Amino acid sequence: MGKTLYEKVWDAHVVKQGDDGSCLIYIDRHIMHEVTSPQAFEGLKLAGRKVWRTSSVIATPDHNVPTTERSKGIDDEISALQVSTLVDNCADHGIPFFSLEDRRQGIVHVIGPEQGATLPGTTIVCGDSHTSTHGAFGALAFGIGTSDVEHVMATQCMLMKKSRNMLVRVEGTPAAGVTAKDIVLHVIGVIGTAGGSGHTIEFAGSAIRGLSMEGRMTVCNMAIEAGARAGMIAVDETTINYLKGRPYAPAGADWDAAVVSWRGLHSDPDAVFDRVVEINASTIEPQVSWGTSPEMVLPVSGRIPDPAAERDPGWREAMERALTYMGLEPNTPIGDIAIDKVFIGSCTNSRIEDLRAAARVVEGRRVAANVSLAMVVPGSGLVKAQAEQEGLDRIFLAAGFEWREPGCSMCLGMNNDRLAAGERCASTSNRNFEGRQGAGGRTHLVSPQMAAAAAVSGHFVDARSLA
Amino acid sequence: MEKFAVLNGLVAPLDRENVDTDAIIPKQFLKSIHRTGFGAFCFDEWRYLDRGYIGIDPASRKLNPDFELNRARYQGASILLARKNFGCGSSREHAPWALEQYGIRAIIAPSFADIFFNNCFKSGLLPIMLPEQVIGQLFAEVEANEGYRLTVDLEQQAVTTPSGETIPFKVDPFRRHRLLNGLDDIGETLLEADAIAAFEKVHLARSPWLDYRPAD
Ligand code: SF4
Repeated sequence: MGKTLYEKVWDAHVVKQGDDGSCLIYIDRHIMHEVTSPQAFEGLKLAGRKVWRTSSVIATPDHNVPTTERSKGIDDEISALQVSTLVDNCADHGIPFFSLEDRRQGIVHVIGPEQGATLPGTTIVCGDSHTSTHGAFGALAFGIGTSDVEHVMATQCMLMKKSRNMLVRVEGTPAAGVTAKDIVLHVIGVIGTAGGSGHTIEFAGSAIRGLSMEGRMTVCNMAIEAGARAGMIAVDETTINYLKGRPYAPAGADWDAAVVSWRGLHSDPDAVFDRVVEINASTIEPQVSWGTSPEMVLPVSGRIPDPAAERDPGWREAMERALTYMGLEPNTPIGDIAIDKVFIGSCTNSRIEDLRAAARVVEGRRVAANVSLAMVVPGSGLVKAQAEQEGLDRIFLAAGFEWREPGCSMCLGMNNDRLAAGERCASTSNRNFEGRQGAGGRTHLVSPQMAAAAAVSGHFVDARSLA
Repeated sequence: MEKFAVLNGLVAPLDRENVDTDAIIPKQFLKSIHRTGFGAFCFDEWRYLDRGYIGIDPASRKLNPDFELNRARYQGASILLARKNFGCGSSREHAPWALEQYGIRAIIAPSFADIFFNNCFKSGLLPIMLPEQVIGQLFAEVEANEGYRLTVDLEQQAVTTPSGETIPFKVDPFRRHRLLNGLDDIGETLLEADAIAAFEKVHLARSPWLDYRPAD
């Protein structure tokens, strides 16, 4: 019987299989940031243990860092301590570290691929749920908690059970202006936020193959929002071309050998999936989330649903709660929802392609008067530099956007970039949970184009109408 | 890690689906570099009317009277009864830490998010999955009976209700074994250090670039 992509990568990393269903899985790459690592280092120290293989780790601060001028360091003392703790821990253990001043600093899930540290067929962990992003390269990548961060540092392994296999096949050509973000939001709308629980999702089909690496990362990034710890996409020429020449990627004869092995990283034709979901890409419209869970999502032409028409009591209650929190009335057209802030950034949509797409919409327009803040936060220092070289910063600035330093920023608002209570935001991030972008803040998840279109219109609008 | 013996505890219900890790412990508390001190901020945005931050004086805070866990009858609860997809969202282990430090030792729900579920065991917290219909019945019983307690027996893998009804549940053998004995995962894995080293040698020989360290 053939194997799925997931099974191929899993099988190649089994150190030991227990008779109790557990497996010891070797971890190739460990990416680290300041928030979920300090207690792990502390644990290591208390037990007198060392990092098993420091070359497997790369670290950078991202969650907590200011996105405004930061040459003088971090104002907030508690954040500063967390970042300096990471600096010290990495220095103590000899772990490669990209400091706040380093051009390579950025969001962990942006810099891993950018550096070529995310490679096909590898196992990748990070103390962050959106580690699923790296699965776009045919890697098995998943988020772990702090105890497991410590465990991987100390043993280079994870103790886990194999998950089930799920295939999400997206066939057809999406309409022009429909992005990877719209595809994945639509998928989550179909299967639900728990739809992928216990599974690794492989995204396949012509619509997925047609995406750039940036787009594929956007899709896998949100696998976790569909409940799956990992999302994966088969390796093809797009993957290989993206990686060539990156600092951590193999070079010379190693490159040729690596490419040969990577070409086998796809599910066999006779592989068996526990669950298959078929999606028709041609019917997908630009999406806008309306509630407090990523599955609460609609096409931009839609209207806010009416809980009164809902039969399932649990879901009806969830809808009512969400609408109260979001300050929305049933049957309101999405296009009638005015916004206060716009956030273009996060590990879902802060790569160069995302910024280009948003800039195309913004060019020659102004941020609407009712929008109090529109900000662009590039995913890394290198993305920022590239965008500036292309003049994208000037387009955003001329339109009235703020152009910031890289980090997680208003995706979770651990720094000063936050929504105030009641403020409504068009955001390219991945979570619209209550309070996610600031206590009482209201998040609508959209693509970069849709966020840009909302910024210049003051309300949601089909970005394609501004093309 | 503390051993998980038989737990007899007061049950508190949290009647909402998709309770996410941002709700369990909001982001501002993740700035801490410590492993403790999160209990006071568990469910912070729901539990209080004011906004919490690290260092706030707990005595100064206004409790939200509408939040179910604030009701007098649920004080001291060690078993949380919840709805589906509990713990969805981020990988922050601060979520199980906060629950455990708040006093919860077991969570009973129809389903859990994968990473949260896994993290629970590391903090000595037992997540128990029961069928939706059973959960519905438990919610009704908790609501109807003040001081409602359950007994959770991990060894026997059974929850016992006050009326003596026994509800079986299942936990992965390796997780159960470790929780019952309070074993340290890392210590256990390091017993396999030779096997790991042997695997690594072959693995890195085949793909030497995995061990690259590019010059800065
Ligand atoms: S950008 Fe947002 S989702 Fe991504 S790693 Fe940062 S906080 Fe997490």
